[in-house]
Amino acid sequence: MKDLADNSGQPSGAMPDAPPAIELRGISKAFGPVQANKDISLSVAKGAIHGIIGENGAGKSTLMSILYGFYKADAGEILINGAPTDIPDSQAAIAAGIGMVFQHFKLVENFSVLENVVLGAEDGALLRTTMSKARKHLTEIAEEYEMNVDPDALIEEIGVGMQQRVEILKSLYRHADILILDEPTGVLTPAEADHLFRILRGLKDEGKTIILITHKLREIMEVTDTVSVMRRGEMTATVKTAETSPEELAELMVGRKVLLRVDKKPAQPGETILKVSDLRVVDDDNVERLKGVSLQVRAGEILGIAGVAGNGQSELLNVLGGITRATGSVQVNGQEIDLTGKHSDGRSRRERGISHVPEDRQRAGLIMDFSAWENIVFGYQWDPACNNGMLMDNDGIRRETAGKMERFDVRPPDCYLAAKSFSGGNQQKIVLAREIERNPDLLLVGQPTRGVDIGAIEFIHQRIIELRDAGKAILLVSVELDEIMGLSDRIAVMFDGRIMGERLPGETDERELGLLMAGVTSGEGAA
Amino acid sequence: MDVMPKWADVVLVPLISLLLAFAISALVILGIGKDPVEAVKLMVTGAFGSTYGWGYTLFYATNFIFTGLAFAVASHASLFNIGSEGQATLGGLGVALVCLALPWPHWALALPAAMIGGALFGAAWAFLPAWLQAKRGSHIVITTIMFNFIGAAVLNYMLVNVLRPEGSQDPASANFPPGTNLPTLHEILGVFGIPFSKAAPVNVSFLIALLACVLVWLLIWRTRFGFELRAFGKSESAAVYAGISPARIIIVAMLISGGLSGLMAINNVMGEAERLVLNSVEGAGFIGIAVALMGRNHPVGVALAALLFGFLYQGGAELALWMSIPRELIVVIQGLVILFTGALDNMVRMPIEKLFLAMRRSAKAGE
Repeated sequence: MKDLADNSGQPSGAMPDAPPAIELRGISKAFGPVQANKDISLSVAKGAIHGIIGENGAGKSTLMSILYGFYKADAGEILINGAPTDIPDSQAAIAAGIGMVFQHFKLVENFSVLENVVLGAEDGALLRTTMSKARKHLTEIAEEYEMNVDPDALIEEIGVGMQQRVEILKSLYRHADILILDEPTGVLTPAEADHLFRILRGLKDEGKTIILITHKLREIMEVTDTVSVMRRGEMTATVKTAETSPEELAELMVGRKVLLRVDKKPAQPGETILKVSDLRVVDDDNVERLKGVSLQVRAGEILGIAGVAGNGQSELLNVLGGITRATGSVQVNGQEIDLTGKHSDGRSRRERGISHVPEDRQRAGLIMDFSAWENIVFGYQWDPACNNGMLMDNDGIRRETAGKMERFDVRPPDCYLAAKSFSGGNQQKIVLAREIERNPDLLLVGQPTRGVDIGAIEFIHQRIIELRDAGKAILLVSVELDEIMGLSDRIAVMFDGRIMGERLPGETDERELGLLMAGVTSGEGAA
Repeated sequence: MDVMPKWADVVLVPLISLLLAFAISALVILGIGKDPVEAVKLMVTGAFGSTYGWGYTLFYATNFIFTGLAFAVASHASLFNIGSEGQATLGGLGVALVCLALPWPHWALALPAAMIGGALFGAAWAFLPAWLQAKRGSHIVITTIMFNFIGAAVLNYMLVNVLRPEGSQDPASANFPPGTNLPTLHEILGVFGIPFSKAAPVNVSFLIALLACVLVWLLIWRTRFGFELRAFGKSESAAVYAGISPARIIIVAMLISGGLSGLMAINNVMGEAERLVLNSVEGAGFIGIAVALMGRNHPVGVALAALLFGFLYQGGAELALWMSIPRELIVVIQGLVILFTGALDNMVRMPIEKLFLAMRRSAKAGE
């Protein structure tokens, strides 16, 4: 265990004698055999921005859910401003001055901003009096914290950054003094994230206490005063942000030294493997999701698609992977791919040498109830190599699986274990083992390291680079800009169903990419 | 890691559910002033005490194996085929048409033909609901229930207007030609010199039901189609990612399910009645749902659960005959068994899971 720095995390301007805004003492929580939180103690000073960092499944969200009254701790005590407080449900949390901004916003899409803010906090049976009072109050708060919103705008018509502001306003409207934000930047562009951090600093200056849960080291370094690291349900360290480094935090999170940079040689691109021209997709609601995308990927190179989630990247992967119908032209190895016919499906793509690591491994890439060996053959069950005439060659598949699990370091290496029993990183390794070991000409990879622990990220990146070095074409989609910058040989930025531009990773920076991701081309200047 | 060992999941939980169902049944019997111990004795001797009892128990079990397997196959594809009743009704029509079509010289020729007829009619009756689900999204539970009613009406029409022999007042088909009469277990075991009740209706269909168990097991766990079917049943979005066509799986799974339901008719229509009568299925289609639920959709479980329900049917009939316990009470007992083993499964499962968890914890603490 790391030596604990001054645990109280004194921020600038806080009164030294004031009790901590939040103090947790010996919190434990188990779900069945899984100990999600083990004897956790934490103290956050008033007016501080405190980061909680840890890998997926480290217990961050469980801890915050206990604080917000969603779960009841098996043991331990919560003190708010020095007073022991019982938080049996979220109403009690709100009464105690705690507000929570969830990763996935809890807003009613077809309500206005004002209606969403008031929802659940109405004064009486009649809406009218509440609304006029609320409008005044909301305007005051928004002015005080410099968060401009139009109270009458509909949620579905404003951007995600604005929606997040509404979530924060909702908490402030309920007089929250302590604000918990769970992975707040997951859906934001870098510019929007910066704006959010400015808001958080403003809130801090007004004396609010903020807890920021994230797995991004950069954000912790940028905005927090103190940071706690969680690993396997335990709080392994609490340090002052100014006195630590990303490398040290990463090591504390994983429990060993980690390579944060991807090590790779320059690409040796060969001939064009994938050629996409004027690809268009219209979804069931008649909204055009891809608006004429054209791109090329050559053998031995990684084309990274950067962009904020929901700008057409998923549709692009799904069209290439045979899941979504489209118009336009896709050529693989110079041969036209059928995009609309009866046999335009995942199997036909696989037969053409396209492997697909989908963005959502739990809903698409894996059958969570199936065992590892069933998942290793999933998608390729038609292959004669997996069959003995009428029946599937289950013994043979299991033997293959054992080898693949060993080569991809899947732990535990038990091919009978159900996919859902593996950690996120090991689940992803199962998908990668299946798709990479098919030795495809073209690999489609979506969010390869989403929800994957840092240790596994390193391994997964190495495998993708190895496949590139073996002369394969790779199309990488990720919302993690660091990942795109680290892995890609070329970067294309998508916004609103279009490719906004292509850049070389050595000749661009996060700022430029961030502007492209927000739909601003260089000619228009920075907004 | 699973919470419980497998044996607890497949044996202990259903067993405890069953005991609970029986305990409450005993209370009910006590409540109407009868002796539950005597009732149990009567049921057991009635169902298993003689080859005659066995013969009826296995006859009923044969029906339930077919409908249980039918439900299980659809269930693996996440399809709730509640239309076994109608599919078995139509299967009966198929079997009857085949049996009456020719003066069959020998049952060994008639049986395969009747199986094809029954399975085809059953599958055809499942096809339309399947097609509507696959192409139009009409929920299969609703459509198959409706098709049960339509099936009953179709049978009624066919018996009254088409198949009824001239001059007969009875809405039933003519007797099947003697060449279609299936050998009973009495005759089959007689070949080996084993005595078996002559009066019991159990026949060669029982062996075919067992064979069907093996084939369904192979289909579900050993074939590509079974793999794709289970994959679709667990996650449609993943199936689409893998290039598995949902429409194809829905339609083929329902055809197989309907075919299995239709096959039941070789037992009750061809094997026992030897003619087609109204309401020949007698609710076996619905019992199949309970059988599959209790048997965890596994052919071995289905066979065992079918045997249990065969026992309840036969033992219950004996009870009504000898103990002046009203026939309706038997339905109550069967209902309790279905309730506890099917619908209330989690009520028993959760405490047992907790128990195992506590045991494991204390075992760890003791290390």
